Parts: sequence; structure tokens; C-alpha cells
Amino acid sequence: MQKQAIFQSKLLPYALVAPQLAIVLIFFYWPALQAVIQSFLLQDAFGLSSSFVWFDNYIELFKDAAYFEAIVRTFFFSFAIAVSSLSFALLLAVMADKPLRGSMLYRTLLIWPYAVAPPVVGVLWIFMLHPSLGVLARYLRNMGVDWNPLLDGNQAATLIILAAAWKQISYNFLFFLAGLQAIPKSVFEAAAIDGARPMRRFWTVTFPLLSPTIFFLLVVNIVYAFFDTFGIIDTMTRGGPGTSTVTLVYKVYSDGLLGGNLGSSAAQSVILMVMVIVLTGIQFRFVERKVTY
Amino acid sequence: MALRHFGAAAAFALTVGMGVSPALAATEIQWWHAMTGANNDVIVKLANDFNASQSDYKVIPTYKGNYADTMNAGIAAFRAGNAPHIMQVFEVGTATMMAATGAVKPVYKLMVEAGEKFDPKIYLPAITGYYSTSKGEMLSFPFNSSSTVMWVNLDELKKANVEIPKTWPETFAAAKKLHDNGHPTCGFSGSWVTWVNLEQLSAWHNVPLASKANGLDGFDTVLEFNGPVQVRHLEKLVELQKDKTYDYAGRTNTGEGRFTSGECAIYLTSSAFFGNVKAQAKFNFNAVPMPYYPDVKGAPQNSIIGGASLWVMGGKSAEEYKGVAKFLTFLSDTDRQVYIHKASGYLPITKAAYEKAKAEGFYKDQPYLETPLLELTNKEPTENSRGLRLGNMVQLRDVWSEEIEQALAGKKTAKQALDAAVERGNIMLRQFEKTAVK
Repeated sequence: MQKQAIFQSKLLPYALVAPQLAIVLIFFYWPALQAVIQSFLLQDAFGLSSSFVWFDNYIELFKDAAYFEAIVRTFFFSFAIAVSSLSFALLLAVMADKPLRGSMLYRTLLIWPYAVAPPVVGVLWIFMLHPSLGVLARYLRNMGVDWNPLLDGNQAATLIILAAAWKQISYNFLFFLAGLQAIPKSVFEAAAIDGARPMRRFWTVTFPLLSPTIFFLLVVNIVYAFFDTFGIIDTMTRGGPGTSTVTLVYKVYSDGLLGGNLGSSAAQSVILMVMVIVLTGIQFRFVERKVTY
Repeated sequence: MALRHFGAAAAFALTVGMGVSPALAATEIQWWHAMTGANNDVIVKLANDFNASQSDYKVIPTYKGNYADTMNAGIAAFRAGNAPHIMQVFEVGTATMMAATGAVKPVYKLMVEAGEKFDPKIYLPAITGYYSTSKGEMLSFPFNSSSTVMWVNLDELKKANVEIPKTWPETFAAAKKLHDNGHPTCGFSGSWVTWVNLEQLSAWHNVPLASKANGLDGFDTVLEFNGPVQVRHLEKLVELQKDKTYDYAGRTNTGEGRFTSGECAIYLTSSAFFGNVKAQAKFNFNAVPMPYYPDVKGAPQNSIIGGASLWVMGGKSAEEYKGVAKFLTFLSDTDRQVYIHKASGYLPITKAAYEKAKAEGFYKDQPYLETPLLELTNKEPTENSRGLRLGNMVQLRDVWSEEIEQALAGKKTAKQALDAAVERGNIMLRQFEKTAVK
């Protein structure tokens, strides 16, 4: 095969990719590099003094037991958020896929929550479940339930997971619905003629054919749970009670932006970045094998 | 080419043409703040009045989000070489600002250099103490100050046949009574858990929160709030939390609605809560001084302030600083302070303004607006009650809150929680000390 068939000049292909490369370098690699540099520095908030401290920021982190707790908690949260939002979205999508009257309206309504920003989601849930502001919370209290996520860490964690998963359901729903509609109807009909019941049809036909979508969404959801949930945590619990809702990304935010400790915050971002790269790598290396395209 | 010349000429003509108006000749003073609603109106009016009073300077107020947002915006602007002249910074950001030598211009220096008449003695020491060095040099200009008070629902207290409590034991007894008489979910509560139950409690009982006069005398300060008074107080709260005679209402002020809705009849929070109480409460209320433990020697001492002050940023021209100094003198005017006090509910910062408001009979109808002043001026401030200056204060408070929550949830004893809060806080203070400009 001739490799030079299209481009006569050696430079032309490079020139054509250059704009794209420039954008990637400026908007992705440059900030990442900045974070790496910052993570080796000890600097005050105003940037008046800075000293190079090698790996001190990292060493401090790994000496901190709370940091390991945050790592474990983040994995648990991500898993819980991804699984609950994926399964619920799939359920909704399968139901919305049925020929129903007014299904367009139904689908549109299900997609709406995606347009809501994470902090707004937090506020919405606060108005329902905050022990002193929430409508539902007051109802629970009157029913005699001791609902107080301000002191009960498990309740607070549940609240964060619910809110974060809820926000992601719409997005997942959208992809699942598209995935379901891409499956040829003839396959179902054939299965039905062979006598497969709806549940069996779902697990043996729909689910495997949806697997590329599920895999894609799994990656997206885990990245979302890792990076995009700090707004929800900040508005709802600020990491409390105790440290029961401090995740890695919330720690980056609170140490860097609230605490002005840029070095440690940068070191945490770098670790987080590496973690997501490794995680995504694992997913593509091992999980993807089970996916049938 | 010709076109470009034309553009330049037009721009030049336009500049010259507009230069005739004296307004443009005025030196602009940027003022970043975090005030919303009625308080934003106060800021705009102050700027307009100042601009109308002379023609050399023009103060331009800009809202930059909440306190933390405003401070972050200011820091980011400074790093980009574009800081405002005046920045409103909340009291917990004081140490960060003070550590930034070179980034800020101390107010006492500014006033002397600009040749403005400036006498630090006309200001209320309980307020300026927070923003001054141990030598009494004023670093930032106090703007909006408040303090912790105890809000009481007079109707509910009467219903339960409870007197307004003065001491902590009385407050606990009153809360028990309220709890048994129609307040099963809350006998008493409060906002800003660390501010009320650690910072104010320590000052009010004249015990240290941290060494070196609570950090005012240097960044090499260590936390000391795991002493008997604080431990005993937290133990009591933990005990009362069990049956909700006390009910924890969160780290910030999100629980304040429980007072205005009538659920909690006794509530400790900032005096700046008054606007909301006035607008929402459908009952008779008052704000009284914080309770104290009568067996602690020296209690009650004096309370410390909350709120914000105005910091002047560094690296500006002498002409601009002159305008800033003139504006601060303008704000110190007695009538103006009385106006700010009445319009916002924040404290007047000069002695003269306080006397004037009192002489006008302002506190007869609104006694709760005098309470924080009475607390602040209760006694001459001591090492333990002059103020706080701890680095990374926002985060420190989060760490302390975490530990208090652990205690209230029954996961740690009060002593264990406070010991851990001290230990974790000290690590953060050492970190801050390392980065502070020497």
C-alpha cells in the first residue's frame, strides 16, 4: 500500500492537524503541565513567595490517613452513583421505548434534569431533604423518622449519591433510548416467535446488543462521579458530617480554593488525573473485551 | 492604511471631546464587595454620595459574589496584576490578607502618607482590635461588623413559662422546659457552630483559643481550645443532642429558618440575622447577650466580631491612594456611620456614631441592635478576646466542625474531638506559617 498517495508534500498533513494539535496543547496539556509544576511548589495564596519542595506535597498527602479514607470513599461513591443511575436510566428507557401515547412528552420530561447544573441540583435536594429547610425532611420527622443528615454520615452519603445519580439519569436515559431504538425490531420478533418471554428477551437480546452503550456510559458516569460532583457536595454537606462526604475532588476544591493551599491541591489533582487515566485504561483493556459491537 | 488613520483620528477626537467633561478627569477607585440586597443599596448610596461630594475621585463599587468569591476574585486579580483598590474581606480572611505583605497597604500607613486626619482612638476598640496589630496599628478599615447574640422567641418562652436565660445552666434548663412543652425537635440551637461554640465561647469566658493572643502576635501560634471550659460546653451539647433538647443545625447559617419558623425558640447566631427575623418572624422576639458559665472567673468578658473589613490593595499610585484615604475619612463621618448602622443593622464603628444613635433613642424600639455592642464593649478586651488571626481560617473551621460533628454523632467524646480538632488545626497552621511571607 502506498502511504504517500494523497499528500504530495510531507508538511501538508502536519499543517492540517496543527490547529487541532494547538488547541489540544493549549487547552489540555498546558493546564495539566501547570498542575504538575504547581504540585512541586509551596506557595501562598497571593503568589508572593514560592519555593520548590520536590515531592513534599505528595508525601504530606500520603502521610494523611484522611486522604486514604477519601480515596476509598470516592471509589464507593462512584460505583454507587454509576450503578444506581445506570440501572434506573435503563429501566426508564426500556419503559419509554414502548409504543405509548404521549411518549414524546414523557421522554422530553425525562431529559430535562440534565440541563440543571450540579450546585442547583444540590439546592433542589436541600429544599426537599435538609433537616431544617426540607419539605420531605419535615414530613419524615413528623412521621417519627430521625432524619438528620447533618449528623448521620450514612444519611448524608445516601443523599449525595441520590442527588448525583439523579442528575445523571437523564443523560444515561438519552443514550439508552437511542441504543434501544437502534436495535432492529426483527430480532425481537424472531425471539418472540421462538417463545422467549419478555424478561428473557431483555437479558439475551436487548442487554448484549446494548453493551457498547452501557460500556460507554459506565466510563462517562465514573468520570462524572469523580470530577463533577463537588458542586453537589459543596451545596449539600460541605463534606460533612465529620468527613463522611469528602471525596477526592471535593478535597481538591476545598484545599485549593477555600484554603488557598495550591500546592497540595495541585498534587491531589495530579493524583486524580493519574487515577482516572488508569481506571479508563483498565476499562478499555478488560471491560471492553466483554462488549459486543 | 488610510482607514486605520481615520480610525485613530476618530478615537483621538472622541477622547479629546469627552475629556472636556470633568467626570473623566476623576481618578477611579475600584471597590469590590460581597453585599447583596439592602446592603448592596447601602454600598451604592455610599459610593454615589462620595462621588457627588467632590470631583477628583470616583468610587466604583462592584459586586463580586459571596465573601469567599470576592476574596478569591481579588487574589486572582492580584496575581494577574489587576487588583482593585479596595476589597471587602470577611473577618476569617484577615490572617491571609495580613500575611500578604506587599499585596496590601496597611490603612494606618495609607492615612499618614496621604496626609489624612486619622485618629485610631475614635473607633470602637472591640472592633478595630480585630483588624489591628498588637501595637494598635490599624491594618484594614472595619466596614460591616456583627457579633453573636441569642435570639429568643418571646411568645414561646411565655407559653412554656420560661424566663429569658442569662447563663448557660439557665439556658439548658429553659431548653429542657421548652422541649417538654411543645418543642420536641429543638429546645435550642445555633448557626456557625465553631464561631459560636468555640471562638465566641472562648472570648466570652476569657480563655484562649490559641496562643500568641489568638494569633494576633504572630503566625507561630498553636491552638489551645481543648481546655476545660470548651470541653465542658461541648460535653453538655453532646448530652442534650441525644433527645434533641439541643439540635445541631449545620456548619453555616442554613438552620436559621428553624428560629423564624418557630421550631426552635432559642437560637444563637449572628446579630446580622436581624433583617431576616424582622421580615419573617410572626412572633415577638428579642436578641440578648450570649449565655455564660457563672463559675468561670471573669465571665462574661467581651465578645468578638464577625463581618468584614475593607482592605486596601498594594501597588497603586500615590494619587489613587489619596482618593482611597479620602473615602475612608468620608466613611468615618459620624452621620454616615449612623446611617450605615440603621440601614444595614451592622454595628457603627465609631464611638461618636454609637453615642449619637443612643441619644436619638434608636435602641428603645430596637433593643436587639444594641445587644452586640453591649457584648463587644462589656469589658476592656484581653489577650483572649481582642480577636482572632489564624491562617487558613475557612478551612480550619471546616476541620473543627468535622470534629464537633463526630462528637455530636456520638463517634468521639467531646475531649477526643477537641483534641483532634486542635491537632489537625495545628498541622494546617504550620503549613500556613511556611507559606506566609516573612
